[in-house]
Amino acid sequence: MFDNFVVPDLLPAAPELFLAFMALVILMIDLTVKDRRRTLTFALTQLTLVGCAVIQLGTSTGDVVYTFSNMFVDDLMADLLKLFLYMTVIMVLFYSRAYILDREVMNKGEYYVLALFATLGMMVMISANNFVTIYLGLELLSLSLYAMVAMNRESVTSTEAAMKYFVLGALASGLLLYGMSMIYGATGSLEITGIAERLYGGGVNKSVLTFGLVFLVAGLAFKLGVVPFHMWIPDVYHGAPTSVTLFIGSAPKLAAFAIVMRLLVNGLITMAQDWQAMLVILSVLSMAIGNLAAIAQTNLKRMLAYSAISHMGFMLLGITTGVVGGDARFALNAYSSAMFYVVAYVLMSAGTFGMILLMARAGFEADNLEDFKGLNKRSPWFAGIMMMLMFSMAGVPFFIGFFAKFAVLQAVVAAGYMWLAIVAVLFSLIGAFYYLRVVKLMYFDAPLDESPLTAALDMRILISANGLAVALLGIFPQVIMSLCAYALLRSL
Amino acid sequence: MSTYPLLSLAIWIPIVAGLVVLATGSDRNAPLARMLALFGSIAAFLVTIPLWTGFDIANGGMQFVELRNWIPRFNINYHLGVDGISMLFVVLNAFITIIVVAAGWEVIQEKVAQYNAAFLIMSGLMNGIFTSLDGILFYVFFEASLIPLYLIIGVWGGPNRVYAAFKFFLYTLFGSLLFLLALMYLFINSGGSFSILEWHKLPIALGAQIWLFLAFLIAFAVKVPMWPVHTWLPDAHVEAPTGGSIVLAAIALKLGAYGFLRFSLPIAPDASHELSGLVVALSLIAVVYIGFVALVQADMKKLVAYSSIAHMGFVTLGFFMFSAMGVEGALVQMVSHGFVSGAMFFCIGVMYDRVHSRQIADYGGVVNKMPKFAALFMLFTMANAGLPATSGFVGEFMVILGAVKFNFWVAFAAASSMVIGAAYSLWMYKRVIFGDVANHHVEELSDINKREFAILGVLAIATLWMGLYPQPFTEVMHASVNDLLRHVAISKIQ
Repeated sequence: MFDNFVVPDLLPAAPELFLAFMALVILMIDLTVKDRRRTLTFALTQLTLVGCAVIQLGTSTGDVVYTFSNMFVDDLMADLLKLFLYMTVIMVLFYSRAYILDREVMNKGEYYVLALFATLGMMVMISANNFVTIYLGLELLSLSLYAMVAMNRESVTSTEAAMKYFVLGALASGLLLYGMSMIYGATGSLEITGIAERLYGGGVNKSVLTFGLVFLVAGLAFKLGVVPFHMWIPDVYHGAPTSVTLFIGSAPKLAAFAIVMRLLVNGLITMAQDWQAMLVILSVLSMAIGNLAAIAQTNLKRMLAYSAISHMGFMLLGITTGVVGGDARFALNAYSSAMFYVVAYVLMSAGTFGMILLMARAGFEADNLEDFKGLNKRSPWFAGIMMMLMFSMAGVPFFIGFFAKFAVLQAVVAAGYMWLAIVAVLFSLIGAFYYLRVVKLMYFDAPLDESPLTAALDMRILISANGLAVALLGIFPQVIMSLCAYALLRSL
Repeated sequence: MSTYPLLSLAIWIPIVAGLVVLATGSDRNAPLARMLALFGSIAAFLVTIPLWTGFDIANGGMQFVELRNWIPRFNINYHLGVDGISMLFVVLNAFITIIVVAAGWEVIQEKVAQYNAAFLIMSGLMNGIFTSLDGILFYVFFEASLIPLYLIIGVWGGPNRVYAAFKFFLYTLFGSLLFLLALMYLFINSGGSFSILEWHKLPIALGAQIWLFLAFLIAFAVKVPMWPVHTWLPDAHVEAPTGGSIVLAAIALKLGAYGFLRFSLPIAPDASHELSGLVVALSLIAVVYIGFVALVQADMKKLVAYSSIAHMGFVTLGFFMFSAMGVEGALVQMVSHGFVSGAMFFCIGVMYDRVHSRQIADYGGVVNKMPKFAALFMLFTMANAGLPATSGFVGEFMVILGAVKFNFWVAFAAASSMVIGAAYSLWMYKRVIFGDVANHHVEELSDINKREFAILGVLAIATLWMGLYPQPFTEVMHASVNDLLRHVAISKIQ
């Protein structure tokens, strides 16, 4: 019965296999750790991620390689996104450490293992070439995140956030699956490249396909957190422990971008006219509601949640302009701009949530806007870092956020959608207001409490590096911009 | 021509100096921060002097050019250069920065390092705006310069500073975002170039030119500011500290006007001719109506702020006369206004530091207590009114001459501002300086100290020099202005 069983080529999936193995090992080792600080668990987790990066670099061929009967793909886009992913997770775990050490219920080895499994889920999503693989990765990520949100089980808001996240997340997965099943019905294939071939061949039942596409886009919109499927974002960002908010608010955006690319661009590019029209609506609504609702927030995490919605809307603009009237010559420019936007956003978002963690102490969350009052008096350095992050988010040069917006806007203008570009800049103007308000609180107002910041040295150094990276990559954005463009050129 | 990258030095010396000043940290090191800032601003000024002395006045093109790849992905270059239009502003900017650092010497006692650093960084960024020959480089400097000024107004400003800082930032951001889209449109239509000089040669249809012109107009009109988008300026001025007001009036307002010459006129010449009536009308409203608004102000800073808007109206008016006389007059007016408005705001700052009021009604008879100050203030008030032999006269007179050729009634309306300007300037002077000593605050006034005297003395020399012998200023402009006008006269429609 195993006659035609062929051992698949494992090399393209080596980082995933290594991570899965190590996650299990760390889970076992952690049982023996007596140290309250769990230094061993933490160090092994970080080393595992570094190891993944090394393996990724070592095994990358630069070509598009399929394995596991075409269910898994390794291309340059996947390599690059995964490298950014490892970096982000490493950063996130460093930022989170002091915070979870101060909160006993969360100070468990499982925290790190769940983070690793979530990372594995994202890696699978990034490299998926089959509906089933995408779903597998997505659920691995989501289930790990649900557990992480609920980990602070003494907190009512965290539990509520976890419930909300779980129920809505399950609904979204359902929508996605429903869409996938319809597209399978129409094309007879679960394999993304296979679907693309069927669609090129023609003769596919268009109405079933379109119906499936609508559900697929809705499911993706849920995962990206764009209007009108954004309801969970503010509540989960707000309710989750800040270290988990940091995790949710950064790395999964990379994976979400990847599955949008895999499903819509790799798989359904022939239907670009249909899904682009849907994405335009989602994008404009997200920029509108995200930016407007952010103004009304008094909680920084909630404000950043709405800001995340608007940023994802802006990123989608890049994806909507790939194909113009059946002409795909703008595709590379458009998609690489969107990819650059995601990478830039993840860097900024990690830094901003990192700042909230930096300000937090045992028994004190610095997640209200008021907690940032007069930060310039308490610590001019970190006020400066936060200011750079805020101006970067607002899209003011010389910061990376400006070039992210610049890249997407030029793609929109190049595709001839001037009106869309005007809408986008007008909403960025509204967005600038609430970022400016944070700067105002830090610089123009007097502090509520004068106590100096207590964060550990490694945290201070890393946050500083994060903030300076936002500035330096703003002055020299070329490297990442061309990396994104090159990776997509070799992958599409 | 020098082999040193003088323009890069003019941009980066103040920025690096600003970061060094920032590193001195808390107010315990305030004396060190002040010395470093002064040293940095003087060094930055010194590197701009060879720009003037080494400037080839026969050459109307770009000089001291630097060109490096910056972001090859979008063909964005680090491309710098100055011509006769921009060179003087780099020198003026560096000069005013020294004045600003000196002006805050004793007055600013809180967050001294941050204060001086903000001005130095701002000065470098503004030099970047005047020297950029790449659209995105220009834009990056243009928008980045909002950050220091936002902080200056918000941190060291008056009671209503938060409102003023937000209004300033959002107003100017609104203008520049549409400008950014215009840059992208040009990038796409020029086949992938952000070079401003390339765009000058790019043929564009009239309809597109009009849209571009309007996008430029919004960005620059907000910055100039022109009526009716001027309302942020009085608020910003009133709430800003003295140094902030000086920079705002002397340099920041020139950025918008400079933009007209670098972008609007040469890139969209046909639209400029087509819509010149609109700009002329807005300029005349600024000159006449805002002049009257200035007349009724009770707050001295507001009065000078409105008079700045009126003076900038002259500048935009001069540009759209399309004659060498008009454009050169406008440029002279810009430089002159840099000295005069800077000095006016400094004078008001001198009184404010002693009395803590900007209301005209709180003063009277100041001459009895501050004779030296009154004499210098007199000179600048006269210059503000455009009295012959001061720098204020030269520019206005040239613009009016240019306007006579264009249309008599435009010239007539513009000339009426000489009367209005004299009215609001001299009436304010009379109420503040002359008469009997008004109250015990004025009674306790002490005359200006050596530092204040030195600042006002230097500005007085500059004002008189430009008024009596403007040739060193105008001769550098001729070639570039003539080139520009020849270029603008040729249609770009194909």
